[in-house]
Amino acid sequence: MIEALKRYPAAKWLGLALVAIVLGILPFVVESAAGRGWVRIIDFALLYIMLALGLNIVVGFAGLLDLGYIAFYAVGAYMWALLASPHLAANFPAFAAMFPSGMHFPIWIMIPMGAALAAIFGVLLGAPTLRLRGDYLAIVTLGFGEIIRIFLNNLNAPVNVTNGPQGINRIDPFSLGGVAFNKPLELFGVTFPPVALYYYLFLALTMLIIFISLRLEDSRIGRAWIAIREDEIAAKAMGINTRNVKLLAFAMGATFGGVAGGLFAGFQGFVSPESFTLMESIMILCMVVLGGMGHIPGVILGGILLATLPEAIRYGVVPVQKALFGKQLVDPESLRMLLFGLALVTVMLFRPAGLWPSKVRKREFASAERASELEPEQIASRGEGAEGARA
Amino acid sequence: MASALLTAQGISKRFGGLQALTRITLAINRSEIYGLIGPNGAGKTTLFNCLTGLYQADEGAFTFDGAPLNVKAPHEVAERGIARTFQNIRLFANMTALENVMVGRHVRTRTGVIGAVLRGSRTRAEEHAIHERARDLLRYVGLEVRSNTLARNLPYGDQRRLEIARALATDPKLLALDEPAAGMNATETSSLRGLMDRIRGDGVTLLLIEHDVKLVMGLCDRVAVLDYGKKIAEGPPAEVQRDPVVIEAYLGGTIA
Repeated sequence: MIEALKRYPAAKWLGLALVAIVLGILPFVVESAAGRGWVRIIDFALLYIMLALGLNIVVGFAGLLDLGYIAFYAVGAYMWALLASPHLAANFPAFAAMFPSGMHFPIWIMIPMGAALAAIFGVLLGAPTLRLRGDYLAIVTLGFGEIIRIFLNNLNAPVNVTNGPQGINRIDPFSLGGVAFNKPLELFGVTFPPVALYYYLFLALTMLIIFISLRLEDSRIGRAWIAIREDEIAAKAMGINTRNVKLLAFAMGATFGGVAGGLFAGFQGFVSPESFTLMESIMILCMVVLGGMGHIPGVILGGILLATLPEAIRYGVVPVQKALFGKQLVDPESLRMLLFGLALVTVMLFRPAGLWPSKVRKREFASAERASELEPEQIASRGEGAEGARA
Repeated sequence: MASALLTAQGISKRFGGLQALTRITLAINRSEIYGLIGPNGAGKTTLFNCLTGLYQADEGAFTFDGAPLNVKAPHEVAERGIARTFQNIRLFANMTALENVMVGRHVRTRTGVIGAVLRGSRTRAEEHAIHERARDLLRYVGLEVRSNTLARNLPYGDQRRLEIARALATDPKLLALDEPAAGMNATETSSLRGLMDRIRGDGVTLLLIEHDVKLVMGLCDRVAVLDYGKKIAEGPPAEVQRDPVVIEAYLGGTIA
């Protein structure tokens, strides 16, 4: 299908326009069909897509198993929370004196700042773990994620920086060009509720992150990441500075997490360490693995599915139970994780490469056919060679 | 030796109690095929790994292309112009043949993150050049019809040749091949031999570790023989072949 689209550029543009229209009206369709709660779930799904794409750079491209990825989300969220809430001014007189009315930086400064800070943390995590791979790296990154969370949890004494387990609230809502995102917006006779406004903001940034991911994948840098994943020693021998390239993967991945974290803080108006548990890291890893590691469309699909599926189960099991048994037997909350786990196991058993793995396989089949048409004898003789090698 | 491309002076390497290399001294001239032979465990691959930066030699020094080769990491060796293949093939298994060769261009190209994301005219030109060069190299080793095949699905002989193409993509002055004919049948070996001759003809110096004595004898201009980490002979293949010390090392003192 994709091949056909390439042959007809007009069809490609038509398809893109169609996707744009669907994405454009999605919040309204969803709201009228399933209620405003679902638009909120879609907003979260977009945040998870950003996170999954960030982790995909580290795990999917560079092959570095990171179990503490949520730490970068936390870094972005807390940076945003501290700079856009009265918390610092209330606890640090010097800060209050410096910014009597608070900082209130505009969003287009905050997002790059969050990205940069997360990138610094990415390098801080990457630097000591350069020699580690696989399970060893997983343990160190897991520790890193927990350290960040525990710091956030305990940094309310002796100096109250993070307000500990209570978290930070009264975070400014976003505003962009004079439009506040926490109030409905009237435009051309259409009323955009706040969740829809957030949806458009998140969608724009998700698109940007998808674009950056695609461009990086198909570049000298992306090839170097994949080469390190495939064989680090060979990559070194080919002249790839594996130290720098790995640090770059950690930094780039963390950047996306930092952006998503900032958006999360502004969207919720409240952050606390509870949102950044190991379970969240594992969830994002599941999105990457279940969707198709290293394949951007697959990872996006994984993000959408895993962000919405638990909610769908939560909403769906009560009516199903009522229809089957006439009454509610099991609490949806306890059934939710059971069904979710079952879905994960099933997918991994039947599609171990993920729901939507990379198209390399397809290309591979196509070229094998073409090669066999061209020169059957040569292939046969090569086949023998391989036999001989094994013998 | 003014025309030497690579010299090794007194290279020693010890692993715990094992003296793997003892003061190896040799010189490889430009545009020659230099063979490194010896029984199993003689230290050939260790010398190779010292040269290519995977190991650090305990003593001794290399000079390459008129300047000392004191590098701390393997990628710097590639940058200086030494490319290698591996005894047990190390391709990027889940990348296509073409992508494998494209990775080889990494060290001769510059695009960074910002360039890759913005993809300006300079980046596009560089990507185009990488593609073209990779295709040329696949054609050079006779793998152009396999360019979209995943490396791991290639037949063994093709994998060997792909590894050579990938190494050539780094524009090496010295191409170091670690047992390139291992596991090949006679047809594949003879085609490999033709390929190595062609590479030398294009001005690349070759360093060859090989078990296949027939191949080494027919192809190399000069060979060095290692045994128990020491160089026991060096010279044109015909001479080395008659050297009683070499015969003893290979056959354990008995007469063939």
